Amino acid sequence: MPILSRETAAMFKPTLLGLALGALALTPLVASAERIFVSNEKDNTISVIDGASLEVIETIDVGRRPRSMAFSSDGSELFVAVGDDEAIDMIDLETLQVVRSQASGEDPEVIRVDPNRPYIYVSNEDDNIVSVLDYERRTLVTEIPVGVEPEGLGISPDGRWLVSTTETSNMAHIIDTELMETVHHRLVGARPRHAEFTHDGSEAWVSAEIAATVSIIDMVDSFDVEHTIRFDVPGVPRETVQAVGIQLTSDGRYGFVALGPSNRVAVVDQQTYEVLDYILVGQRVWHLALNEDETRLYTTNGVSGDVTVIDVESLTALQSIPVGRFPWGVIVQP
Amino acid sequence: MNRYLHCLRGVVSRELLRFLHQRTRFVAALVRPLIWLFVFAAGFRMALGVAMTDPYKTYILYEVYIIPGLVGMIQLFNGMQSSLSMVYDREMGSMRVLLVSPFPRWYLLLCKLLAGTMVSIVQVYVFLTIAWFYGIKAPPMGYLWILPALVVTGFMVGALGMLLSTFVKQLENFAGVMNFVIFPMFFLSSALYPLWRIREGSYLVYQIASLNPFTYAVEMIRFALYEQLNVDAVLIVAATTLVLLALAILGYNPARGMMARKGGGGE
Repeated sequence: MPILSRETAAMFKPTLLGLALGALALTPLVASAERIFVSNEKDNTISVIDGASLEVIETIDVGRRPRSMAFSSDGSELFVAVGDDEAIDMIDLETLQVVRSQASGEDPEVIRVDPNRPYIYVSNEDDNIVSVLDYERRTLVTEIPVGVEPEGLGISPDGRWLVSTTETSNMAHIIDTELMETVHHRLVGARPRHAEFTHDGSEAWVSAEIAATVSIIDMVDSFDVEHTIRFDVPGVPRETVQAVGIQLTSDGRYGFVALGPSNRVAVVDQQTYEVLDYILVGQRVWHLALNEDETRLYTTNGVSGDVTVIDVESLTALQSIPVGRFPWGVIVQP
Repeated sequence: MNRYLHCLRGVVSRELLRFLHQRTRFVAALVRPLIWLFVFAAGFRMALGVAMTDPYKTYILYEVYIIPGLVGMIQLFNGMQSSLSMVYDREMGSMRVLLVSPFPRWYLLLCKLLAGTMVSIVQVYVFLTIAWFYGIKAPPMGYLWILPALVVTGFMVGALGMLLSTFVKQLENFAGVMNFVIFPMFFLSSALYPLWRIREGSYLVYQIASLNPFTYAVEMIRFALYEQLNVDAVLIVAATTLVLLALAILGYNPARGMMARKGGGGE
């Protein structure tokens, strides 16, 4: 059967060629050297993923129930809100070790760093306040009362405005960081989870979990909700569509919204607010992070315990990387 | 050597011409998998969005999963259709014309198989193009990777059809082949559901599917479409193809149909 063996041999030739060309096609994938930090809520760890290999290269032990993360202004440290320890753990980004910890008040969930001052804003879910910590002096600067069960925090690029969302009040509270007090309260959808500013600071996007909406708040004049984006994934039960994490590209093109147990990330046109697409990711997608050049979007999938990598150009999911149990937050170090 | 190529060209062009002229057959060959894709798979969109299996690197919709199975389905039906046409050729006498040529019988049969395989590959690429526009896209290189996998699968199902045609005396008996060969082969494989999912439902069906060479053909195509080589699947499909080919060539009896006809005429 000489013909057959030729057939079999022919099968492997294109295979090798394909392998070489396939490696070429993957080149942009391995070009970046970023590190992705993922907080595993149930494991009390931070998984560190190498952006080039897309593999977990390190697992850092932190306090109990790590959730929100933020970088210090100089980029040397990673702050992690460890809810059950009522503290902010600070990780040295050189050694990848927790070097210190600062008390944060009860049940810290979301944190944001002030771009101008050494301040960390902390939403204390059980105390109905936003705490302001000085991470250099290690002191409590002030406490700002907000609604019931504060969760989401968004800070404007110039650091002037802070938006705090409260789960039970269904409100977005707009805080003037010069006065350190709330100046506006706006009703949004049921159980607001997250707030994110556009890169020009003109809008704050506030997601609501139960309502499955994103409210667009004008941050220039009226401070009112100007538009509401609704999500409805075809073929998916309505109650599983829950809006949570938001990321907005700096070029004003896309907004990405994590839709919880519907296992989808919505792609929204940042200008028209039209939902362009839904991308399938892992189970119960919670938070999102864009990398520095905004070529990739990383998602934490709480129930399936992995991170999905989305290619922003083609709007397709490239790969899912297993991490720890119940990954909650994600942040990318350039 | 030139004589051999001339013969090959003759057989292949006859098969391709026959395929292209039978427009309804071309449409029917595409409609079947497309209905599965647009109707059946659309209804099960969520079914596979909950687990990750190789070679997929992330979560996929069911309609993405089912594509390699439908590619296998196209080849399976086409392989059977080719062997059906061989029974027809035998009855009509054109097979005898082919077999009186001075070339060895195994060569002529291989030419027939290659011709049938090429027809099925044309169908597969048209189907994949439609799927692409529907939004189901594999890595671009994957479409090149599957070509050798399609050739091997085409030979395997073609050889199976040829072997069956040696047992089928008349054209009319072919309906039985559909029921007893094509459907079990397709449904008892990983074409519609991954093996782990079948195992959850029935261990017996899982075991049968694990022994079904068509499962490995589908997996070979699936991995190739995602630029990966499933060595086990390739070996199993290649070995099955060799065995079926040997049996088909050794067992092929061009006189069988004619004899049956003669016998029938005498009744």
